[in-house]
Amino acid sequence: MAREGEDPGMAKASKVKRQRKKKPKENKTRTVHANILYDNAKGEENPNRNYANNKIKTTKYTVLSFLPKNLFEQFHRFANVYFVFIALLNFVPVVNAFQPELALAPVVFILSVTAIKDLWEDYRRHRSDQEINHMDCLVYSRAERRYVERYWKEVRVGDFIRLRCNEILPADVLLLSSSDPDRLCHIETATLDGETNLKQRQVVRSFFDLDCDFDPLKYNGIIECEKPNNDLNRFRGYIIHQSGRRDALYKENLLLRGCTIRNTEEAVGIVIYAGHETKAMLNNNGPRYKRSKLERQMNVHVFWCVIILLVMCLFAAVGHGLWMFQYGDKRPVFDVLSPEGTDLSPIMSAIYLFLTMIIVFQVLIPISLFVSIEIVKICQVYFIHQDMDLYDEETDSHLQCRALNITEDLGQMQYIFSDKTGTLTENKMVFRRCTVAGVEYSHDANARRLAMYQEMDSEEEDCTSHSGTLPRRDSVTSHQSARVVLRSQSTKSHRRTGSRAEAKRASILSKHTAFSSPMEKDITPDPQLLDKVNECSSQMDFMRFHSQPMSQLPSDLADIIDFFIALTICNTVVVSSPNQPRQKVRMRFELKSPVKTIEDFIKRFTPSRLTSGSNSSSSSSLITNRSSNRGCSSLLSSPSAESTLTKLDEEQPPRGLEHSFGPVPPCYNGKAWNLEDGELRYEAESPDEAALVYAARAYKCSLVGRLPDQVTVELPHLGKLSFELLHTLGFDSTRKRMSVVVRHPLTDQITVYTKGADSAIMDLIKPPDTGKRQIKIVSRTQNYLNLYAADGLRTLCIAKKILSKEQYACWLQHHLQAETAIQGREELLFDSALRLETNLQLLGATGIEDRLQDGVPETIASLRMAGLQIWVLTGDKQETAVNIAYACKLLDPEEEILTLNADSQEACALLLEESLHYIQAKFLCSSTDQAAKAFHSNFAPFEIYPSSSPSSSSHTTPFTVLRLGLVIDGRTLAYALDKSLEDKFLAVARSCRSVLCCRSTPLQKSMVVKLVRNKLKVMTLAIGDGANDVSMIQVADVGVGISGQEGMQAVMASDFALPRFRYLQKLLLVHGHWCYSRLANMILYFFYKNAMFVALIFWYQFYCGFSGSAMIDQWYLIFFNLMFSAFPQLITGTLDKDVSAETLQQLPQLYVNGQNSEEYKPYMFWMNMIDAFYQSLVCFFIPYFAYADSDVDLFTWGTPITTLALFTILVHLGIETKTWTWMNWLSIAFSTALFFTVALCYNASCPTCYTPSNPYWTMQRLLQDPLFYLLCVITPVAALLLNLFFKVLVQVPFSSGGQMKLREPVSLFSEPTRWR
Amino acid sequence: MGKVKGKSGPLARRPDNSAFKQQRLPAWSPMLTATTVLPFFYLMALICMLLGVWLLLTVQSTQEIKLDYTEAGTCDMCFEKRKNVSNAAQICTCTVVFPIKKALKGDVFFYYGLQNFHQNLRRYMDSRDDAQMVGRKTNLKNPSSYCEPFMKDPNGLPIAPCGAVANSIFNDTFTLTYHGSSGPSIPVPLLRKGITWYTDKNVKYRNPKNDNMTLAQVFEGTARPLYWQKPVYELDLLDPTNNGFINDDLIIWMREAAFPNFKKLYGVLYRAKQPFTKGLPAGNYTINISYNFPVQYFRGRKEVVLTTLTWFGGQNHFLPIAYLVTSCLILLIAIILTVVWWKFGKNGKRLEE
Repeated sequence: MAREGEDPGMAKASKVKRQRKKKPKENKTRTVHANILYDNAKGEENPNRNYANNKIKTTKYTVLSFLPKNLFEQFHRFANVYFVFIALLNFVPVVNAFQPELALAPVVFILSVTAIKDLWEDYRRHRSDQEINHMDCLVYSRAERRYVERYWKEVRVGDFIRLRCNEILPADVLLLSSSDPDRLCHIETATLDGETNLKQRQVVRSFFDLDCDFDPLKYNGIIECEKPNNDLNRFRGYIIHQSGRRDALYKENLLLRGCTIRNTEEAVGIVIYAGHETKAMLNNNGPRYKRSKLERQMNVHVFWCVIILLVMCLFAAVGHGLWMFQYGDKRPVFDVLSPEGTDLSPIMSAIYLFLTMIIVFQVLIPISLFVSIEIVKICQVYFIHQDMDLYDEETDSHLQCRALNITEDLGQMQYIFSDKTGTLTENKMVFRRCTVAGVEYSHDANARRLAMYQEMDSEEEDCTSHSGTLPRRDSVTSHQSARVVLRSQSTKSHRRTGSRAEAKRASILSKHTAFSSPMEKDITPDPQLLDKVNECSSQMDFMRFHSQPMSQLPSDLADIIDFFIALTICNTVVVSSPNQPRQKVRMRFELKSPVKTIEDFIKRFTPSRLTSGSNSSSSSSLITNRSSNRGCSSLLSSPSAESTLTKLDEEQPPRGLEHSFGPVPPCYNGKAWNLEDGELRYEAESPDEAALVYAARAYKCSLVGRLPDQVTVELPHLGKLSFELLHTLGFDSTRKRMSVVVRHPLTDQITVYTKGADSAIMDLIKPPDTGKRQIKIVSRTQNYLNLYAADGLRTLCIAKKILSKEQYACWLQHHLQAETAIQGREELLFDSALRLETNLQLLGATGIEDRLQDGVPETIASLRMAGLQIWVLTGDKQETAVNIAYACKLLDPEEEILTLNADSQEACALLLEESLHYIQAKFLCSSTDQAAKAFHSNFAPFEIYPSSSPSSSSHTTPFTVLRLGLVIDGRTLAYALDKSLEDKFLAVARSCRSVLCCRSTPLQKSMVVKLVRNKLKVMTLAIGDGANDVSMIQVADVGVGISGQEGMQAVMASDFALPRFRYLQKLLLVHGHWCYSRLANMILYFFYKNAMFVALIFWYQFYCGFSGSAMIDQWYLIFFNLMFSAFPQLITGTLDKDVSAETLQQLPQLYVNGQNSEEYKPYMFWMNMIDAFYQSLVCFFIPYFAYADSDVDLFTWGTPITTLALFTILVHLGIETKTWTWMNWLSIAFSTALFFTVALCYNASCPTCYTPSNPYWTMQRLLQDPLFYLLCVITPVAALLLNLFFKVLVQVPFSSGGQMKLREPVSLFSEPTRWR
Repeated sequence: MGKVKGKSGPLARRPDNSAFKQQRLPAWSPMLTATTVLPFFYLMALICMLLGVWLLLTVQSTQEIKLDYTEAGTCDMCFEKRKNVSNAAQICTCTVVFPIKKALKGDVFFYYGLQNFHQNLRRYMDSRDDAQMVGRKTNLKNPSSYCEPFMKDPNGLPIAPCGAVANSIFNDTFTLTYHGSSGPSIPVPLLRKGITWYTDKNVKYRNPKNDNMTLAQVFEGTARPLYWQKPVYELDLLDPTNNGFINDDLIIWMREAAFPNFKKLYGVLYRAKQPFTKGLPAGNYTINISYNFPVQYFRGRKEVVLTTLTWFGGQNHFLPIAYLVTSCLILLIAIILTVVWWKFGKNGKRLEE
């Protein structure tokens, strides 16, 4: 999608505008008619004509509009306007200083460089647009009565298009027909959200029953739907048929542009949104633009430069006025009158001169600074990209820099806000233990197995990732292709299973396959529980054959079987086969059994009523009933015999089933089972779902198929059971649970299975008056839950509820109303779900382990050594969070922990107050142990902290004073974030070494970041991997996304995307440090260079009556920055390493350097300025005195000065450069050579062309003059002597301390010196 | 991004492990330690010292005689006369007598000097037309607007050479006479030609093409600059080839000086005949000045400079001194560093490591 244009913003805006103009009365919905009805009519009659067509144009410019538009955009940058203003000033004769055309050169150069860059980018966009616009798709043509090939750009809203497998959707299409017998269409949305599991899309319900192929000519509906919007997960509307019937449309009916059709032979749909109005395009935002802290500081100094410039100009103007005044009325011959021959009054000439001086001194405002910074940043981004250490072999992905201009901010971070799940942990969920009906099954064997993996992982990481893997992805391209060789089952190859034929997609897909590493799959069942499962299922089998009601089953056994059924079906996991991973496993046997067609099968075994259509017809009739709102009584009374049929009469069970049909007890050989059953692959939206399904499978309760209306489960003894899936109430973060409503095939009861967070479920458990057993289960489960949480496991509760038909009918009515509502459907559905999920019966709970990522404790320790405050903001429950925090060394067992849990605002206030007092007391007594200076500097801690600089407290306070951890839960956090308490909360939080916010919502996460960022004025970094971290990532100064397993939303919102958390260490400590120190030094150098150069001219004004003469020729003056001195600093700014990567990683303390902005402090700017003025004095006066009283002419004297200045500046850069590569040498040699070449050519070219200056043959003469060389030796030496002296004094370990040491980062590790 | 050309397989996007891309280019990072820095400083000091001494000795061998004649000798009269603009056309000559105590050996250069004359004033400097001076006929008749207000005379005739620079040409002339201890006074022969840059005389300044015409005909239709007494084609009455824009004095004047106090070459001693073969012998000299150039408006001074040159320029003690001072500074710094290192160095080192 990225190539489909980085910036549709403009196009979007204009398009929307255009539409508004055309249709002022257009209402909130869009009406789509089929185009074929209007094929012969004139264009004006087509009601769809006003909708955008499918041609995309992401380019900003056209051939004609490029120049004006690009210039207009460039002039938004103030500096450009300023330089154009100065260039234009040159055209005014009274004030002009240079040849006007020449003065335009730098501005034109800068503008054209930017324009060329823009043009190139735009051209690339144009190329990719062309490519995309000219892709083929099949569009129905009325004239030819068949589907014909058309370009994508010719597709219009209202067209019928036919899509084949593996095709990419050209537009947002409403699915009307699918070759799939279930009327499904599978799509892969990786390009949109990065999620690789197949999504099922349904044919619109009115078209569900079509037996034959969909015929566009018979279509007569009118579609009313929402206006185009960018919400991928929302689509609402309805279709009105000619009969007047209305059918609701859902997001399940919409195929989005950019997705790929999978597993579906053929699908037909009508285009609803096309081109720029598709959801994919509306979601496509350009790269982010942020301004870094360093640049903000720099801008202040640019402003100061302007002031210095104005002061210098003013000084010169006043000087000139006085100089003229002293001659009185009698003007000397050399004082030329104005062109008109009239006398210029001193005041007038001073005013003119002021403007002239602005032109002459313009170099002080570095025109090339902005361009250079951009170039250097691009190089830095390139290097970060290329870093091998930030490359993850496992996912074949490396770091992505999505924001190109805040690289140096990475070196200045002070606070890190981290998500927990998926960021600190792997988000690879492993089933650890469970409790069913109040009995705990500890799964010791499983725990041992996991421990083994952990060791193996670390040992074999390298060989597994390097070992060749078999091409699996090949099957993607053609699902019907011959079988791919089965990959070996060895555990070694578990990590990487995909061949990466398509490099781009492979990474995303491989993330997906990580879900099913054997660590997660091969769960060793607890023998006790396994026995019970077997016992239970054999009893059920027995009962079924003897037609006994299932309710006779002992309740604890029933709970166990229910528990596993719930684990298996209460999810959205899709089953696929690993050999053809994108091929859904067909549990209908029409594909697998060649002998019988589905019709045969059904005819033979279905009671008379259900003879036609697929075997899901009962559910389809249900759906039709529902959608037509004819009530539900008939449906409910109809026996759902068919669904129970499949399990009874399987003709040809897929392989693996022999085991379960074999003699009782079935073979328990786990390996054999895995080998056979390993054929099935589960694709889950979240990894814990998959973990639970795998866990259930270990108990032979395996999910073998999922269709929108049916789930097939395979149980020991019982074989395959098909559950009729009546509803799925999806997971949402408010409810924190999900439910499925199924009809149980054995009991024929309507059952609700609910799975969710313990806090959410426990409150919904049936009131305890129902029975002692249930109370006991609840209390025991609660105990185990606490235990699990203490182990750092993620806990989920499983519950069920049996609905009577009347209850269900009642609820269904409301629910259907909610489903068909167009306005506020989400809210209604939410309420409906709440109504259903009450009075649950607790079945049990599971504990899932989310393992820490590799190197997390080390990374955290090292980041903390680097003076970074790390806060963890998680949605998990407190105990889990605390335990993970201990595991990753965020909290130290020796540390005291303040826990803030409050029920009300007042309680929270009180708690905060107490903690403050506690900290204060602790601080005071601990500070007595401290050195006296710490005590003095922080005498009254809470009065000082908020006012003192955050940088000082960030590394002194937490290290030396307090070893405290703060744990706060979401509810308390809500109170604490209140305006009245936030200061206190911050005061507490910042004096703690680590802060842990549990149960926090995405909004709270971002509020915390915002609070810390705004109140403490610190640089914040937020890192997260999921959609719930997006707001936090966007609020922070630098947002980092983990390109992990939970989709791409976090990555899309982030500035940098990392494959793993541990890479943060190198990113911050090494690249951040380098980027910051390089850029800071380069900016300082830039200021120095320009000031030094301009000051030379300023000194000269004292010798030329402040008349604005410059001894430096206009060419040198203008191109000095742009060309002669540009390259070495770029090279140094890109490549210089003040400290090596190894040292930076070994000594994280060096990071403090950047946090405290020690490379770029305001005083450094002024020091640089003073140094610049000093050096320019030397560079001016040595040649001055050397040539004083001689017959030297202006340019013969000025050219050596230019040369000297160049040498001085280059040598100065050399002193600043810490590492010299051949590129440094080359760039310096190149700069020097360039200067002399240009000078020689320029001075030899034309004796009349460069009025007013005329330096003909000057350089040639100078090169024969020994004096020139003598000056070139002595001046740079004298100018840089002082600088070098300080440098040496600071760098060389001469002295045992002293203030100078503070500038040197290396000296910092002797002791963390506090200074400001 | 996106360039996966030629690379596929499991690690398609793995970055190249090249030294450049991994920022591991072999680099020389100069470690500033006492053992490297101190010898460097001492060496620098030594080099500068040697150079300084050598230069100083060279400069010592030069001689220079400066003679401010603004009001000296009989020139005070002329000075008063030139105060009044109405007397501009009147000729005034004066004589200054001066002794040379020690013979000037070698080539002797005769300069005139002006003080407080801002030839480097921006508006003044721009007031010229290089294209005219190169001999373009169009510019001869139609000078550049840079020359304003010295572009056309009150009658509307174009001025050649136009502009303020040419207009304000230094128009004093000198004759130098040697009064030996024995014998008659001998006029000191001065080479007044070939004293410009070669490129100036041949490239930058040329007369308009005159196929068969005399210079006067070529310059017909142009006016002489307002302050000039003679037209440009009569600047050197003795040598017709030294007239027009290629007149050496004009060329030298047109090369604008960098500072308000400057000197310009007037002539070089012609050493073909005795007693000047070895330079200017010691003795008394008189200098006859045709005193035309007014300086009182800008409180200026006029002077005559007789000097010999070294290989790196005229008599200027600054450069050797600069070398010596710099060398001393380096030495001082080196000594300070040595002391610091001696006293604290070893402790400091240990503290660091």
